[in-house]
Amino acid sequence: MFYREAGQFKTGYAADQAIFPILQDRLFVIAVLAFAFVVVPLTANDYWFQAILTPFLVYALTALGLNILTGYAGQISLGTGGFMAVGAYSFYKLTTGFPEMNLIVAFLIAGCFSAAVGVVFGLPSLRIKGFYLAVATLAAQFFLVWLFNKVGWFYNYNPSGTIDAPPREMFGVLVTGAAAKPAVKYLAALSMLTVFALLTKNLVRSAVGRSWMAIRDMDIAAEIIGIRPLRTKLLAFAISSFVVGIAGAELFALHLGSVETIAFDVTLSFNILFMIIIGGLGSVMGSIMGAAFLVLMPIALTNLLVGGFGMQATSAKHLEFMVLGALIIFFLIVEPHGLARLWQIAKDKLRLWPFPH
Amino acid sequence: MNAKKLTLGGMGAAVFATLFTAVPVAAQENYMFLPSLVYRTGAYAPNGVPFANGYADYIALVNARGGVNGIKIKLTECETGYKTDVGVECYEKLKNEGPAGATVFNPLSTGITYQLIEKTWVDKVPVHSMGYGRTAAADGRVFKWTFNFPTSYWSQASAVIKYIGAQEGGMDKLKGKKITHVYHNSAYGKEANPTLKILAKKFGFKLNLLPVDHPGQEQKATWLQVRRIKPDWIFMSGWGVMNQVAIKEAAAINFPMEKFIGNWWSSTESDVVPAGDSAIGYKGTAFHGAGANWPVFDAIKKEVYGAGKGAGPIEGVGEVLYNRGLINTVYTTEAMRTAMAKFGNKALSGEEVRWGLENLNLTAARLDELGLGGFANPIKISCRDHETNGPVRIQQWDGKKWVVVSDWITPMADVVRPMIEKAAMAYAKEKKVPVRKCDGTD
Repeated sequence: MFYREAGQFKTGYAADQAIFPILQDRLFVIAVLAFAFVVVPLTANDYWFQAILTPFLVYALTALGLNILTGYAGQISLGTGGFMAVGAYSFYKLTTGFPEMNLIVAFLIAGCFSAAVGVVFGLPSLRIKGFYLAVATLAAQFFLVWLFNKVGWFYNYNPSGTIDAPPREMFGVLVTGAAAKPAVKYLAALSMLTVFALLTKNLVRSAVGRSWMAIRDMDIAAEIIGIRPLRTKLLAFAISSFVVGIAGAELFALHLGSVETIAFDVTLSFNILFMIIIGGLGSVMGSIMGAAFLVLMPIALTNLLVGGFGMQATSAKHLEFMVLGALIIFFLIVEPHGLARLWQIAKDKLRLWPFPH
Repeated sequence: MNAKKLTLGGMGAAVFATLFTAVPVAAQENYMFLPSLVYRTGAYAPNGVPFANGYADYIALVNARGGVNGIKIKLTECETGYKTDVGVECYEKLKNEGPAGATVFNPLSTGITYQLIEKTWVDKVPVHSMGYGRTAAADGRVFKWTFNFPTSYWSQASAVIKYIGAQEGGMDKLKGKKITHVYHNSAYGKEANPTLKILAKKFGFKLNLLPVDHPGQEQKATWLQVRRIKPDWIFMSGWGVMNQVAIKEAAAINFPMEKFIGNWWSSTESDVVPAGDSAIGYKGTAFHGAGANWPVFDAIKKEVYGAGKGAGPIEGVGEVLYNRGLINTVYTTEAMRTAMAKFGNKALSGEEVRWGLENLNLTAARLDELGLGGFANPIKISCRDHETNGPVRIQQWDGKKWVVVSDWITPMADVVRPMIEKAAMAYAKEKKVPVRKCDGTD
């Protein structure tokens, strides 16, 4: 009744190509963004910023990056943790080596390093596919983590092998380091997620995105119609690793503040993969929803069980594992295409509501 | 968007928000809030559980006796699973709980400690990483909010080398000997390496560093290297399942157990019992006693377990890690008592407990009074020194229990302390941390 595009006419190409062609969608997204950029920083407390919102935004960006590779270009990767580590350690080396460097530049260069490494480990994708490619990227995961643990230069030879985010300013405001305000870190993560979500959305609607999807759906057919697999696949690896690398730098500089390589181990790669599978492969919205599900759900469950029902922290943790597992299976059975598809169905139903036909 | 959708959305958001909000404390009560970051789940649970039990039981005992100077302590556990990001979430959730905020954090994880060190400067809550964490935090001039007494990894490493020297018949006999350090490949395991390197240069022994990756279930490659190196002594910094696997592997290559020394996180019941008889003779360091032969344990059995308030099985009372959790809370409650002498008998804030930790003077007489005479070494903390280079003892597994086989070994403070100050000053410079003068004004 209220969600219906009747009467909204597209009178030009621009209107036809808009990301959100329906007025209600546009308003909704603007409202969400306004809420996230204005209301949240004014109302949320430290716990919300540091324990819930910032990690959610960081993981959403990571999932977005992996979704480019796995969801749109169809290349399974288990090297996400490794590529995040490249971003984090490059960011550390850049900010400690060049203290005056602008943070945006540092994030972008860190992403470029990660993209370069991603291209190198993406080379096998030209010959191998599916599960075999997953194993090849798994090699990247183990090799990169081992490298950052082994070579002292990456952590400036400090005895513990842990890297700490140095305090760095931007526009006169401290953004990284422990003294930075949680709200500032949140806004930094939010801005980056917004920018990259918009860029990704536009990218996948362009010729590049279409060639990725062609490769994903049938690579031989794609090659026959003139898409070059080498360029397309490596571009997917590069752009995906670029975004993942920036997310890794965020995880280090904005969320954790100090990391050792164990933070980037293979469980992280699996978690990110689960995020996009649950959220929805090949969907920007799905990446964000998947990250929300996997980051927020465990915390919500713990707080509900311990805070709400007064349960012991340990029993709550055990129960949390079970409930989370059950929820994942439930969602995958109800909607194998992920939360994004559920969202789509809900919108379709809303269009007809309250009339069933 | 319309009114109804807005209302619905608003309600949904409200329900959602309550899920993430800590339950408010009912009424203004007079108690101190002590957070306990535990890991009773995950790969390191066998170590985390006894520590958490000892921690909780001693607080229960203090509360059963009326609290610290009449102020009770409320203990809330938060499960971290030894994961750093979850530890940070716990910290953020608990730091402001209670009438005066959290008193002190004991993360029981070097990784989590590294995360919290800088956050605590802003939040004004002390972290006491008892025998773990960042060793440089021993310099209280730079690390105002961090404590790692009674002793640190660097002190421990020097004490172990001293012990090996004594066993070999003098420090000069170390020349040409081969000592191997088998360590957990993480910030924790690497901590001892710089000290060992310096000592190797100083005494002329040959040092081999062999990392074992988390979690350490598979160590065949490491022990193949040990076989090739044929070390005279092995020192191990392990945690969790890694320890028992290492002991089994050492037994498999017939390495003499009495020349295999674990650090204080590698010499607990859960490390040696699974290895069976092959672990007999294995040694480890400790900064407190093992077993339940002190009056305080009888009191816990009677007043806490007798009242049905025990945190774990009663058989666990007196295990090495149980005792470590206990001594941790002894330090905490004594620091609170110290702080109350200055600030009065009230619910203390983290800032006040920090003062108590820094001015803690736990004498032998006081330990006797607590029913812990000879259990741990007396200790005096100061503004400069948050660690005290405390001594350690070597204990040995006889197949049934840990037996102390050495006197208190004093670490080489002349080697360790300058390293600590150098590392702390480098840190202060890198992070632009103000260095305190320690003349009573700051």
